[in-house]
Amino acid sequence: MDLRLSGAEATAEERAAVDALLDPLLGPRDVDGRAGPDSGHEARGRRHLLLPALHAVSDAVGFLSEGALNHVATRLSVPPADVYGVATFYAMFAVEPRAPRVVHVCDDVACGPYGGEDLATRLTAELGPEGSGADACWVRSPCLGLCERAPAVMFQLAGEPDFSHAPAVGEDVVRAARGATAAAAADAAFADPGVSVPQTRSPRGGSLTLLRRIGVVDPTSLDDYRAHGGYETLRRAVDLGASRVVQELKDSSLTGRGGAAFPTGVKWDGVATAPVRPHYLVCNADESEPGTFKDRVLMEYDPFGLVEAMTIAGWATGCERGYLYVRGEYPLATRRLEHAIEQARRRGYLGEDVMGEGVTFDIELRRGAGAYICGEETALLNSIEGFRGEPRNKPPFPSVSGLFGKPTVINNVETLYNVLQVLDVGGPAFASVGGERSTGTKLFCVSGAVATPGVYEVDFGTTLRELLTLAGGLRGELRTILLGGAAGGFVMPDQLDVPLTLEGAREIGATLGSGVVLAFDTDADLVGTLRRIAAFFRDESCGQCVPCRVGTVRQEEALARLERGTPIGDRETELALLDDLARVMRDASICGLGQTAPAAVGSALALGLLDRPDPTTNGKASAWVPR
Amino acid sequence: MGTPVMLGAITRMVTLTVDGRDVRVPEGSTILQALHEEGTAQQADTPTLCWAPNLAPVNACRVCVVEVEGSRVLVPSCARTVEDGMVVRTDSEKVRHSRRMVLELLASSVDMSQAGDDVARWMTEYGVDADRYGPPAPPAAAGERDRRRAGHHHAPDGSHAETVAQPVKIDNDLYVRDYSRCILCYKCVNACGTDAQFTFAIAAAGRGFDARIATEYDAELPDSACVYCGNCIGVCPTGALKSVREHELRENDDWHPEDETVTTTICSFCGVGCNLELHVQNNSIVNVTSPSDHSVTHGHLCVKGRFGFQHVQNL
Repeated sequence: MDLRLSGAEATAEERAAVDALLDPLLGPRDVDGRAGPDSGHEARGRRHLLLPALHAVSDAVGFLSEGALNHVATRLSVPPADVYGVATFYAMFAVEPRAPRVVHVCDDVACGPYGGEDLATRLTAELGPEGSGADACWVRSPCLGLCERAPAVMFQLAGEPDFSHAPAVGEDVVRAARGATAAAAADAAFADPGVSVPQTRSPRGGSLTLLRRIGVVDPTSLDDYRAHGGYETLRRAVDLGASRVVQELKDSSLTGRGGAAFPTGVKWDGVATAPVRPHYLVCNADESEPGTFKDRVLMEYDPFGLVEAMTIAGWATGCERGYLYVRGEYPLATRRLEHAIEQARRRGYLGEDVMGEGVTFDIELRRGAGAYICGEETALLNSIEGFRGEPRNKPPFPSVSGLFGKPTVINNVETLYNVLQVLDVGGPAFASVGGERSTGTKLFCVSGAVATPGVYEVDFGTTLRELLTLAGGLRGELRTILLGGAAGGFVMPDQLDVPLTLEGAREIGATLGSGVVLAFDTDADLVGTLRRIAAFFRDESCGQCVPCRVGTVRQEEALARLERGTPIGDRETELALLDDLARVMRDASICGLGQTAPAAVGSALALGLLDRPDPTTNGKASAWVPR
Repeated sequence: MGTPVMLGAITRMVTLTVDGRDVRVPEGSTILQALHEEGTAQQADTPTLCWAPNLAPVNACRVCVVEVEGSRVLVPSCARTVEDGMVVRTDSEKVRHSRRMVLELLASSVDMSQAGDDVARWMTEYGVDADRYGPPAPPAAAGERDRRRAGHHHAPDGSHAETVAQPVKIDNDLYVRDYSRCILCYKCVNACGTDAQFTFAIAAAGRGFDARIATEYDAELPDSACVYCGNCIGVCPTGALKSVREHELRENDDWHPEDETVTTTICSFCGVGCNLELHVQNNSIVNVTSPSDHSVTHGHLCVKGRFGFQHVQNL
């Protein structure tokens, strides 16, 4: 294939940014600026570097110019139309000039009412309308995964590392937008893990397992990690042997913590015994479900734990390479993990001879670029491979044909930390906590109208009421709880005694999802929350299939009409329409995003959460009184 | 001497149940192939939009969904391979609802008026009511949809149904791109890419409802990698891509498909031997296609075969 490029040339800076990434990986360029033939396996084998290359340009200059895109296309032998298609898929990339300092302001369900909107107002006054400004601009963002510290902002900067502020103070955000703050200082604000994990405050509450090292180990020191039991589990795993490790996992009944709750042991077994080679491991750290921040907290405060768990997973399933796909909006977690991987590699815990055991395993960190859909496992695979993050048709499942078409294990971050626990106590002992498909402990992301938001670790089977008590109780009078995230549903005050298990949640028609517990008090604007959730799915749909692409648009429009009190026909017609939309999205969408996009809206309507007393109907509840 | 007998690959047959009736098809077939080849007239009439006989299944439109026992959600019949013992239902309420809604969502957001008689018939049969989403929003200005950014849209007030309506893109002499009619079936992208042409001039860009088919930086076609093979036109199901000739005739109200004749011939430009179908209206060639089941072309042509017919008419 001959690439046909426009005449636009990359600047020296753009060129240098791309080449600094690619030269060590691809070797020197030939006279055409390419790294080898433009067709065949070798050329196609470079495509997976597309997202890293686009990041390199965006990190350096803040946007992707036509010239830079041509340079990336040339070096990777990817057609420019394809590069453009990938670049425009991600919210963090801009394909037209924009300010070198971009403030992403979270206005999602947790942050919006807790200062996010105020920040947006303040920044509009200081920096101008959304998206405008020569040196600095601000844009609205979906959940940044810092809900326990609401409100949150993330600074995406050209030429220097990104960082977050949470809780964000208007004054400081404005100063940082104007260049007064750097990443190191911003990271220091996250030094106290007690803010994110209140159970680590003294006296340490309960017996923490997944969170046991948080606040105890120095997340930047491998020695400190080892001093606190680090890498003992890998040693134990090697002593047990790979098949025993898989058996322990099966015995533990551990289920995936990403939301789908698939049995981890079965997944590992499938890949471990797959005849096709090589095998790949992927850690899904693209945590983006609104209201979810548990994986971020684990990665920020115990990064070596994830590196060790991935090493065990890779070794047990016959993978020599693991990809760690971290959400693009997680700059601190990314820094901590990059450092941890580097340290582990240097000390022989990653590489060609892990711990002197003759095992080869290494980890490559990949950054997302602003796409909730890439948390869907097959979309994530496409993203790593350098394609648009569009989900694949299943079957075949990733354990048969995953990354680069090879058998692939994909595990969520929390699941992998659980693997350490399974091997520490043994499968049967792990399974003795909780029961059925809900064994072990579970992390919950508690935020909103509670006294002490944060990540909480509790045994499966703990009731929602107990969890809320652990979080210091409620602020104000409870109206409802969003359980499971935007893809989950609402739980009412009379349902607080539900045991938090997969089965218990299902019994009341809810889902644990990614562990979101977002509390709303009676003053909360639930209509606004629903609108935000509908807008979220409208923004995050990949656009591949009709039910989700158009359905999310129509759902948002119908909600807007109900909110304004201007239904087409009457309210019943609109509710029927929403129900029709929900059914086609749930039944016929390709992936879980479309299938769950109507979940929260449907749940709120079914529970009558949007009904308000209307004085004109003698106090009888009448839904959707315009605000 | 007898006629030589062509031995095909030896294939195992699998048995599946379709609406209660056992059907035997070769292993590796898709459910849709089973419906086409062994189904009743109604089963064979499964609606499709993003599927084409000469392309790999795209699996994007979801109008061909069926129920498969054991699957929580509906499955695309175009892409799902049959398995022995599979139990398929094609006419349940769940299936009909999703098909109706897919057609309805498209009809409410895309101009489907040139999508062909089958699509119009399916819309009637499945009871599509595109008007219930409100009056369509005014068309976007030229280029506006191309500049939309992933993850950022203006909150609607619901008074209008958002659509993909926008001006037609005419930037060359051979074909137009009328993206008001684009259902984003990806067929043009795949025909331009790995399914036929390997030119890769176009790709899907943007995300969600703002996704669109685009060249890099929305460059005009003459500035892109396009080689004008027209294979994208050949697979477009809705008239979003069509020859300039057809576009002009339609604009001038001079398009008469009912009077069209089709003459099959062989392309005279080179020795490959591509079958051509000359579509003639009013004694003038308006389009050239090739049969999708032709062993040489599989329905795809090059710029000469597709557009190089003027000399025929200059006699």
